[in-house]
Amino acid sequence: MTKEKRALVACGTSIATGTVAAVKVKEIAQEAGIPLKVSQCKIVEVPGKIETFQPHFIVTTGTMPDNLEVPVFKGLPFLTGIGLDQLKEQILEILRADD
Amino acid sequence: MDKTSKQPETEQPRVYEELVITPMRAESATDAITQLGARLQAGGFVKDSWTQATLERERTFATGLPIPEMGVAIPHTDAIHVLKPAIAVGVPDEPVEFGEMGSLDGQVPVRIICTLAMVRSESLATLLQRLIGMFQSPGVLTQIAGAQNPADIVAIFDQHLLSAPFE
Repeated sequence: MTKEKRALVACGTSIATGTVAAVKVKEIAQEAGIPLKVSQCKIVEVPGKIETFQPHFIVTTGTMPDNLEVPVFKGLPFLTGIGLDQLKEQILEILRADD
Repeated sequence: MDKTSKQPETEQPRVYEELVITPMRAESATDAITQLGARLQAGGFVKDSWTQATLERERTFATGLPIPEMGVAIPHTDAIHVLKPAIAVGVPDEPVEFGEMGSLDGQVPVRIICTLAMVRSESLATLLQRLIGMFQSPGVLTQIAGAQNPADIVAIFDQHLLSAPFE
């Protein structure tokens, strides 16, 4: 059985766009039948959340550095539809990994 | 009389004819947001702080979406500046450059600007999901950009947004 994964959604000033991304990420996990816990925070809170929440990946609708130890994905494809399939694949890959 | 507390009513954000500018003559994103903000204010939908707040928000968090069919921008700001929910729509006759959402320096040539005024922040996320579904439906953006008058644009948005009640 797949262990529960954790996703962190980091919002810029617009929490609403982050919420949209969080909903979409949950849908991806649900469709794949993989338990996923999603937490939302502001971009400034990310370093602390990486410590405490230990996400397997991060999705952001704002601007973030991508040289963190956790993979960071831009959430823009959820809003524009461009690159959405690719983003889904990348997320599914992490969800399906054993860890 | 100033309402200092918000009633917990359900919001149904709509586009109203007086909130549509088509064709719009806009020199810049700032110009476009200011024009639409003026309409929202005149209609009693937002406080006079809305335009400034939205312009500032756009500077730090750009709302240009590079949708393949055509670029769309969704400027918005905090619920505290809003009195009644509404969407104002501007269709510029020439594309207007907006910053790309989530990018440090990307730019998007925008053909449709939808300024969103929501009284409750939670409802904004719901509205965004519906709008995104609508924008990604093939042909809808072309319809909006090609509409001859505000009433047609109101009808297109009504069709897509009024399908289910808003919480």
